[in-house]
Amino acid sequence: MLEHFKNPRNVGTLDPNDPHVGTGLAGNPARSGVIRLQIWVNDQQLIEQVRFKAYGCGYTIACGSLLSEWLDNRTLEQALTLSHTRIAERLALPPEKLHCSVLAEDALQAALAEVQTKRAGKKTTI
Amino acid sequence: MAAARLGQPIYLDYAATTPVDPRVAEVMIQHLTPEGIFGNPGSHSHPFGWAAKKAVDAAREQVAALIHVQPSEIIWTSGATESNNLAIKGAATRLKGRHLITCKTEHKAVLDPCRQLQRQGWEVTYLDPEPNGLISLDRLDAALRDDTVLVSIMQVNNETGVVQDLKAIGQLTRGHGVLFHVDAAQSAGKLPIDLQTLGVDLMSFSAHKFYGPKGIGALYIRHRPRVRLEAQIHGGGQERGLRAGTLATHQIVGLGMACQLAQEHLIEESARIQVLRQRLWQGLESLEAIILNGDPQHRVPGILNISFAHIDGEALIMELADDLAVSSGSACTSASHEPSHVLRALGRSDELAHSAIRFSIGRFTQAQDIEHAIQATRNAVTRLRELSPLWEWYQQGIEPEQMIWSEH
Repeated sequence: MLEHFKNPRNVGTLDPNDPHVGTGLAGNPARSGVIRLQIWVNDQQLIEQVRFKAYGCGYTIACGSLLSEWLDNRTLEQALTLSHTRIAERLALPPEKLHCSVLAEDALQAALAEVQTKRAGKKTTI
Repeated sequence: MAAARLGQPIYLDYAATTPVDPRVAEVMIQHLTPEGIFGNPGSHSHPFGWAAKKAVDAAREQVAALIHVQPSEIIWTSGATESNNLAIKGAATRLKGRHLITCKTEHKAVLDPCRQLQRQGWEVTYLDPEPNGLISLDRLDAALRDDTVLVSIMQVNNETGVVQDLKAIGQLTRGHGVLFHVDAAQSAGKLPIDLQTLGVDLMSFSAHKFYGPKGIGALYIRHRPRVRLEAQIHGGGQERGLRAGTLATHQIVGLGMACQLAQEHLIEESARIQVLRQRLWQGLESLEAIILNGDPQHRVPGILNISFAHIDGEALIMELADDLAVSSGSACTSASHEPSHVLRALGRSDELAHSAIRFSIGRFTQAQDIEHAIQATRNAVTRLRELSPLWEWYQQGIEPEQMIWSEH
């Protein structure tokens, strides 16, 4: 966990207006922390790039980083199966920090949803 | 202190606790072992007891001298928490009125006894401070009722370092015939306290906040006019029936010596610490989007509480962990997820309360520690801001509300 906190992978920003980019935002700055996840998906449904940013405790940052690492070079199908429990286990999250992994999963779901929306939009304009 | 201890972070959490001054430890050890003064101060019949009693009496004078009162007005407790409990519950149960007043920014050791009394039928008014942390005298005046028995206001806030105007508050409470209790845990030994000139009736002390040992404190109880309290711990009648339990001579002489050293060093030490604190603030204030919590003027030298916007306080502390020992919120509440009740009472948003950390400087802090702290903090804040979407939006002038959020 400390490794992902000290050296988080894939920190950064993708252009949210890019048609290949799905942006997912989850959380609440007043309460739990915020994770923004962005994935760049090619026409073969492969996630070529991932970027994330996180506001929150060290565990929140670590969850974002781990998630981004897993998503890199995975297919959308594989991404859909990623659950917060796997993140929690891998980082050995204590019980009071489990919600950080849920936040990561929420951000992922939102990003995937946007990818679907953009594809659907793309199809209808053709 | 940092120079001598490689591989450890620099200690800047003096408000949480202080190391025992070696001179205090030295005198304490003399009151423990068979060769030392180990007798029970309550033993009237032999030199072992007499010697211990003599040591206790001398310590009582040392504490009394620090605050300009009579030794007979000092009783020993296990710490400020116990002193607060005795003062608040002891006064409430002894006197006739059913109303107490305190402030939302008090330590839990004051708030919780008040809540307990509420459960038992008393009414408590929890005053809001001004945004700078100070109590408004007008609000206090408005809150006083005919059946108010006690007002409890801390002299220095443990999270922000803000200092209250005890003189003015004391005049108000005297005028109403209401007892005034002050939790002086963070002020004793750091600010001059002269109870000859302040209308304070009860005052709590904690040794471990000013280079004495943990587990011992005192309660000042005014004799003129006489303040009466209901004892909370019953037993062998020690401390004139106000607080039972064999007196811990070694602890007591420790507190006494801490008071004596404070008396000797207070002026020069607080000036030195003030300079260090100002340097620390100066080194950090050029960072964008940071806020000082608590009035910049009315504060104790050693505490600096800063909110670093757009990053999380816990993450900042984790990031600083190898370099600095600091705290977010008070030691007692840091395990929970709640933002500091003190910062919320000052009107800070949850987000800013979550982004706050407290630096506290002390007797053994050196100038190079501060320089190191400035560097480490600047680096840590910068790194975490690079990771933060909130910081990115702030730089672009975007409000978080403008973003589309997923349900959580």
